[in-house]
Amino acid sequence: MNSAKLCRSILAALLALPLLSGVASAYELTIPSLDYRTGPYAPNGIPFANGYGDYMNMLNERDGGINGSKINLVACETAYNTKRGVECYENTKGEGESGALVYQPLSTGITYQLIPKSSVDKIPVFSMGYGRTSAANGKIFPWVFNFPATYWSQATVFIQYIAEKEGGMDKLKGKKIALVYHNSAYGKEPIRTLEKAAEKYGFEFLALPVDHPGQEQKSTWLQVRKERPDWVMMWGWGVMNQVAIKEAASIRFPMDHFIGVWWSGSENDVLPAGKAAHGYLSGAFHQPGSNFPAHADIRKHVYGKGMGLGDEDRIGEVLYNRGLVAAMWTTEAIRKAMEIHGTNEVKAVHVRDGFEALDVDEARLTELGLPGFTIPVKITCENHEGPGKVALQQWDAHAKKWSLVSDFYEPLRDITGPLIAEDSAQYAKENGVVPRICGS
Amino acid sequence: MIYRETGQFKSSYQADQALFPIKQDRYVILGILIVTFAIVPMLLNQYWLNAIMLPFLIYSLAALGLNILTGYCGQVSLGTGGFMAVGAFSVYKLMIAFPELGFIPLVLISGFITAAVGTLFGLPSLRIKGFYLAVATLAAQFFLVWLFNKVGWFYNYNASGMINSPPMTVFGVIITGPEGDMHGKYYLVAAFVAVFALAAKNIARGRIGRNWMAIRDMDIAAELIGVRPLIAKLSAFAVSSFYIGMAGALYFAVWLGSAEPTEAFDINQSFLVLFMIIIGGLGSVLGSFLGAGFLVLMPILLKNIMVDGLGTDAALAAHIEIITVGVLIIGFLIVEPHGLARLWRIAKEKMRLWPFPH
Repeated sequence: MNSAKLCRSILAALLALPLLSGVASAYELTIPSLDYRTGPYAPNGIPFANGYGDYMNMLNERDGGINGSKINLVACETAYNTKRGVECYENTKGEGESGALVYQPLSTGITYQLIPKSSVDKIPVFSMGYGRTSAANGKIFPWVFNFPATYWSQATVFIQYIAEKEGGMDKLKGKKIALVYHNSAYGKEPIRTLEKAAEKYGFEFLALPVDHPGQEQKSTWLQVRKERPDWVMMWGWGVMNQVAIKEAASIRFPMDHFIGVWWSGSENDVLPAGKAAHGYLSGAFHQPGSNFPAHADIRKHVYGKGMGLGDEDRIGEVLYNRGLVAAMWTTEAIRKAMEIHGTNEVKAVHVRDGFEALDVDEARLTELGLPGFTIPVKITCENHEGPGKVALQQWDAHAKKWSLVSDFYEPLRDITGPLIAEDSAQYAKENGVVPRICGS
Repeated sequence: MIYRETGQFKSSYQADQALFPIKQDRYVILGILIVTFAIVPMLLNQYWLNAIMLPFLIYSLAALGLNILTGYCGQVSLGTGGFMAVGAFSVYKLMIAFPELGFIPLVLISGFITAAVGTLFGLPSLRIKGFYLAVATLAAQFFLVWLFNKVGWFYNYNASGMINSPPMTVFGVIITGPEGDMHGKYYLVAAFVAVFALAAKNIARGRIGRNWMAIRDMDIAAELIGVRPLIAKLSAFAVSSFYIGMAGALYFAVWLGSAEPTEAFDINQSFLVLFMIIIGGLGSVLGSFLGAGFLVLMPILLKNIMVDGLGTDAALAAHIEIITVGVLIIGFLIVEPHGLARLWRIAKEKMRLWPFPH
């Protein structure tokens, strides 16, 4: 068995490198990282996982963890596959002395699986801007957090942006807006909101599904060419994004009328289309770029010691920063939990309380080395969505750079509010959940 | 020496036609059942039961179903994922509509619904064979998944198109839903698999099974000796789909808890189950188990050895795992093209002759 020998020698060589945990004497905070560095979604999964891990490693190296307690990051490969995600969850939830403190599945499919499981196991799920939208209702989903905004909020923000470009909400009447979506639970999320908005503002809504993994979209874009929508929105992920942008370019669809969800707006998605992607828009809730003090700390404390998870020159990519912001909010929630319960030895139940009392304002962001990086977030017992505000960023293909081109819009809560109430009530009914009462 | 039938005299037809005519086989089966039901649940923790044993047993049931069709009757099918989806969506609709019937009858009913659907898609098998039939069943796969994704009635108009299994109990133990008892789940699935594996073994050696095998080996000859292809082929499709439907129902309701048709029942499921029976051994009940074990347990085992045991980086481990599983599949098929079950058969022959091989 030559292959086995080869594997063993590769393994042995690698064993010597990443000894992250060091001396395991003190209480460690176990945070599982459900990565996907393989499969058709890896181009997006890798930078996110790098940002998530690098920030936590930076805290470990610079501050010795959170309030002096080291973070033990446990990576588990899901390949964006629901079944493997659940296997990872089962495998990691009892890890270490603290047990898994919080899950960040980075997959709507896995999030749907974990929502009921984690409520029974009492482990918070932080589905940052993805997953089940109605989990924004903290009364029914006490264990799930989906701040800083949901897909539904985002869809209404896009509608407002379109209205602004068209010259007012009343100008939406008679317009045609298409949605190119990943034909899965994730891609279907915004449909109901957009249908409601179409009814209210009188535009025509066109839903065009793309099947997993989305490498073949000729027919979809043929339909776009035939139907000639004024605007196209996209809920895509992984390989699907780049293919869609290339297809849109090939039918000469105006890029500044093509808006992707915030999971369809990273460097990996637009670079393959080259100059043709110039002007493509996407949702965003944080700044792109790597000029923040936190990035400098990551370079110094993590990459300087050769512990970086990715390439140093890819720090600051959109999805890297997405992972970083996720890690920031997660660690802040743990810090909050330590503060509330007065101990460093927090468990998952305490971390949930930390999330629910999370309040990261601009001053705190500045302290963390991320001034103006994202919007202030304040979570309450009933509102797990937080601010719900979304901005738009645009791709400059000449400078190869994303930049925010709009302010942060408030979502149209008159549309999303009733939908959230309805959907969460349905979940409560189907699963026998009694809504909790949020105290004074 | 230990394993031989010498000295075991059968004095009645009944004894001669028993399911396991050799005494040692009976003991082994009994031993396996005791281990499955008494020892395994005591030893294993939640992770092992939920993440390893449940999928292994459920895939074994699906592989058993496909083996009936492909291994015994010779009809190649790529529609397994679609038929599992029929089982899953049937049990979902039934659980919502008739929870008072109880979970076990509902799983059986979903099996029957799938059998009906499977028979319908089996009709082309009367005119086409081999690769052409594989394409026809592939159509079933794509059509069924498309149907469950497209028609809102199947998933009760859920916004995301997912189905979630509501909590149900069997003998007072919660089986489905997030609060399902892990031992209860395991016992239920293991009982299903045990009963239906014995049933499959029994069907396969009887008249119906022999009809299937006659069709498989040469359909024209089979017709000449009086086997009716219509009955034989459609019964194979029906029984096979019944098994696969039940596997799909358990897969969704007991193991996953929620599912979306495009991911949980995609074409990869069909290939996975087909690979299981090819690696395990076509036309063998044991082969279904060995194949399912190989393809379900091997990746998890490799991952656990590398990530937890050796501390390999998770992504590297995933890549090595893909390579290793592929190499092992090719390796096994070169060493034994008839599957793992054939290795066991050879071992048995050797044991009978041992210690005097000549």
